Amino acid sequence: MVDSQAPIVIVGAGQAGMQVAESLRQEGFSGALILCGEEPHPPYQRPPLSKKWLIEPLAVATLSLRGPAALERLKITLRLETRVRAIDRSACQLELADGTRLAYSRLALATGSLPRTLPVPGASLPGVLALRGIADSLAIGAAIRRCAAEGQRVVVVGGGFIGLEVAAGARKLGAEVTVLEGLPRLMSRVTAPVVSEAFARLHEAHGVQLVFGAQVTEIVGHEGRVAAVRTLDGREYGCGCVVVGIGVVPDDLLARSAGLLCERGIVVDDCSRTSDPLIAAAGDCTARRMGDGELVRLESVQNAIEQGKSAAAAMMGRTRQFINTPWFWSDQYDVKLQMVGLSRGYDEVVTRGDLAKPAFSAFYFRADRLLAVDSLNRISDHMQAKRLLDHGVSPTPAQAADPLFELPSLLKGPRPATADEA
Amino acid sequence: MPRIRYLEPDGREVLLELAPGQSLMRGAVDAGVDGIEAQCGGNCACATCHCYVRADWLDKLEPPSDDEQLMLGNVAAERRPNSRLSCQLIVEDALDGLTVQFPDRQS
Repeated sequence: MVDSQAPIVIVGAGQAGMQVAESLRQEGFSGALILCGEEPHPPYQRPPLSKKWLIEPLAVATLSLRGPAALERLKITLRLETRVRAIDRSACQLELADGTRLAYSRLALATGSLPRTLPVPGASLPGVLALRGIADSLAIGAAIRRCAAEGQRVVVVGGGFIGLEVAAGARKLGAEVTVLEGLPRLMSRVTAPVVSEAFARLHEAHGVQLVFGAQVTEIVGHEGRVAAVRTLDGREYGCGCVVVGIGVVPDDLLARSAGLLCERGIVVDDCSRTSDPLIAAAGDCTARRMGDGELVRLESVQNAIEQGKSAAAAMMGRTRQFINTPWFWSDQYDVKLQMVGLSRGYDEVVTRGDLAKPAFSAFYFRADRLLAVDSLNRISDHMQAKRLLDHGVSPTPAQAADPLFELPSLLKGPRPATADEA
Repeated sequence: MPRIRYLEPDGREVLLELAPGQSLMRGAVDAGVDGIEAQCGGNCACATCHCYVRADWLDKLEPPSDDEQLMLGNVAAERRPNSRLSCQLIVEDALDGLTVQFPDRQS
């Protein structure tokens, strides 16, 4: 039975969990609010862990999402180093790892995601690292510095965002770097070939060895530490450490064990509601059912924030749909990649700007309708594209490709023009 | 230490003493000032730490970079001549007394 006087409990003290807590206060919730996190740190930003902070790990406090004074002001009770073992939905209680129970009136799950592991022999050798939290970033930074000092190579498995950001960081720290990518191009899951190729040129220009079609079959150890990575073609890449960045899996174990509907993550609707009316979920741990029935997983700060806001509203009995256009960013060397929209299902890509520099944007269309834009060092394109997508206004592919065509002109006038009228 | 005066969207005032070198955004999120989101954590990538600088302080600030100018083109609230991104404003002794107001929405 639910005790309506029990606190609202949030499991997971990352970006999404913190947002749920803050938004609950903004929604007017004045009761007890408990935020449980497994790590020893108060809620912090993760994006810098593979970017600036990897190269220059300043005080942990510089990563905080909100300072201690802010948490106090919001009357959020932080329970750090607290692992939740199970959800007892019939009793509306959490079972903690220390054996105690914690009653909730409503519950939010923001358990995040876990790095996918390499299913090969040697994957758990010392020196094989993956990135999830602060401790991982520190360990990766230290291993890279050791490689740089000892003239050993860093092997990055996976040419996605995390892998490429770590590769860029490792080059800045002076290590030799090899990136092993299983597919024929970089970031192939989310970008068009023209963007992949620009990043391949960028990394090669910075001295990174890129290997495509590389199927890792074994991590070879020597004297109890990683010594090389072996691929299916029999080649061996000697190294001092391995960073595995082959994607993440939603951490939905608690939810699944409790019988919540899960499918590649905790299934939520547009308002972050799960299959249990007393439980909401937000961030990387979720899979969002779209209007067309398809499940979409987004792993981004913005998704955590938007779903966090929706979850808080849902817990207060209100509906707040996640309708903002998704956006994402990545920093590699001096290139800022900004992505807006979802390009899944595109049938045409046109570019605008200078591919060689690189300073260009790729515009993704389906049936002449703009879906998404990736911008490399083209902040104004990104900003204009975000406004176009927010307003449901589409340029034609020809307009997008024409450097002289003013995209903002589509938003002017008494009402926005549409692609059909243009 | 320089004192920065923040005005929250509802007009409440928060006066903070901040160490030079940090951004106005950092000071605000550490203290829990209402009206700021700072989604990207200070990377000039999201325009959700938008603030209005009180007019008499505008010319005492470093002018916005090209990146900041472009990002300001996409703030959620009205963009005004005194709009700035607080992640790009760095506290220094000469800014003692600086007053900024956060708008009613950031995203």
